[in-house]
Amino acid sequence: MAMLEVRNLEVFYGVIQAIKGISFDVNQGEIIALIGANGAGKTTILHTITGLIPSKAGTISYEGKDITKTPGYKLVSMGIAHVPEGRRVFAQLTVLQNLKLGAFTRNDKAELESTLEMVYERFPRLKERRNQVAGTLSGGEQQMLAMGRALMSHPRLIVMDEPSMGLSPIYVNEIFDIIQKINKDGVTVLLVEQNAKKALAIADQAYVLETGKIVLRGDAKELMNNDQVKKAYLSE
Amino acid sequence: MSFMSYLISGISLGSVYAIIALGYTMVYGIAKMLNFAHGDIIMVGGYVVFIVTSTMGMSPVVGILAAVVVCTILGVTVERVAYRPLRDASPLAVLITAIGVSYLLQNLALLLFGADTKSFTSVITMEPLKLAGGQLLISGETIVTILSGIIVMIGLTLFINKTKTGQAMLAVSEDRGAATLMGINVNKTISVTFAIGSALAAVAAVLYCSAYPALTSQTGAMPGIKAFVAAVFGGIGSIPGAMIGGILLGVIENLSKAYISSQLSDAIVFSVLIIVLLVRPTGIMGRKISEKV
Repeated sequence: MAMLEVRNLEVFYGVIQAIKGISFDVNQGEIIALIGANGAGKTTILHTITGLIPSKAGTISYEGKDITKTPGYKLVSMGIAHVPEGRRVFAQLTVLQNLKLGAFTRNDKAELESTLEMVYERFPRLKERRNQVAGTLSGGEQQMLAMGRALMSHPRLIVMDEPSMGLSPIYVNEIFDIIQKINKDGVTVLLVEQNAKKALAIADQAYVLETGKIVLRGDAKELMNNDQVKKAYLSE
Repeated sequence: MSFMSYLISGISLGSVYAIIALGYTMVYGIAKMLNFAHGDIIMVGGYVVFIVTSTMGMSPVVGILAAVVVCTILGVTVERVAYRPLRDASPLAVLITAIGVSYLLQNLALLLFGADTKSFTSVITMEPLKLAGGQLLISGETIVTILSGIIVMIGLTLFINKTKTGQAMLAVSEDRGAATLMGINVNKTISVTFAIGSALAAVAAVLYCSAYPALTSQTGAMPGIKAFVAAVFGGIGSIPGAMIGGILLGVIENLSKAYISSQLSDAIVFSVLIIVLLVRPTGIMGRKISEKV
């Protein structure tokens, strides 16, 4: 049994069908990449998994439990964290307030302090800027804050939406390094990326999406050498 | 010396506006809606105190507690029944619903309590304070009102900054979706906001009716509108803005009554709003709308 199992998922925006019957698995301990062009439905899938939009048909199960209809806020305490597209940090709150909100579902104060130390260790810049208002951070720093905030909830599965979007190449490399480190610590990662090259380089399994359907699936390293993928997504 | 006395009673009136404006501004900031029925919650609170103290003859403390309980339940129920189903509807639909709720409450009160004016007996029994050798007389109502205003402001600021629920409110006010991703129950947070706003309306009801003891089904309308002006004046969505806006409004109203014309005082108050909005569209403490993307 996979950690996350998505079966025949269908999602509509009004009458427009955005997701047309998708099935995929996320195995525990792996990095799974969903790649595809703009509008392929990558973000919609993530939003449906974490309960921000309802599905029309299909099931999502996590650690053996059906979470298709579970309200989004309950998933956090079940161990799923979501780093949304565009970071969506609380721009008017400080870095520290943002991180503490990430631990909203946790009540143990001592544990919160130790988790905070762990996040500061992983992102030293967040520690330096802990009293700064999040809206004044650079894009890369905001991305780190969004990731640190997600880690504050002690997730077993972390869902990341376009973490490299709009970042300078130096930050892109740093962010992908961090994703690998988070995964090595035992957190399963479901990664949505337009930067297919980077995503496939760190992923175990990958799925290629086109207009709401999975058109290719397989081992990430093999997909990297697939001619179709090379042509469409790796611009070679 | 008379200036001081007008100023102090202006601050007192302003404290009432501020307490009501806090309810408006919190609901606006967190639920992103203008709850035009907020003023009528004050009227309901006034009737509850009147019934408990005058009709049933119980102590004012029981009356105040009953008003807080009834208003809180009423506010949360109105949100649950009338506003929550419209969470994703257009802001205009929610606004019209709020106006509908306002008329509903006013007419229910008319039906239940009749059209005659009830004379509210002040529940504040404090002796007036004599200052400057008896030249400056400050009534017990004024003192209690100003003190209540200060306590509410400090209490609310601490609540928002020091409690998890308060932080959840800030998160929901900024980004509902992101707040959900933190594990925050947005509906519950909005309910708590309505509960606090309505409890504050009950406190305002006691203070307002003690100062202006004529109680009718329309009692809440004027202070409701003025508090709305105060909230916009201070920058809607901002808690310190509601406090500053409320007090300034009370002072402006009282001073124009004293020195210009008591008939024109409302016109002056609303003109000030128009001028403020022309010069600073986001109000005194309003957030600059600039976000880094």
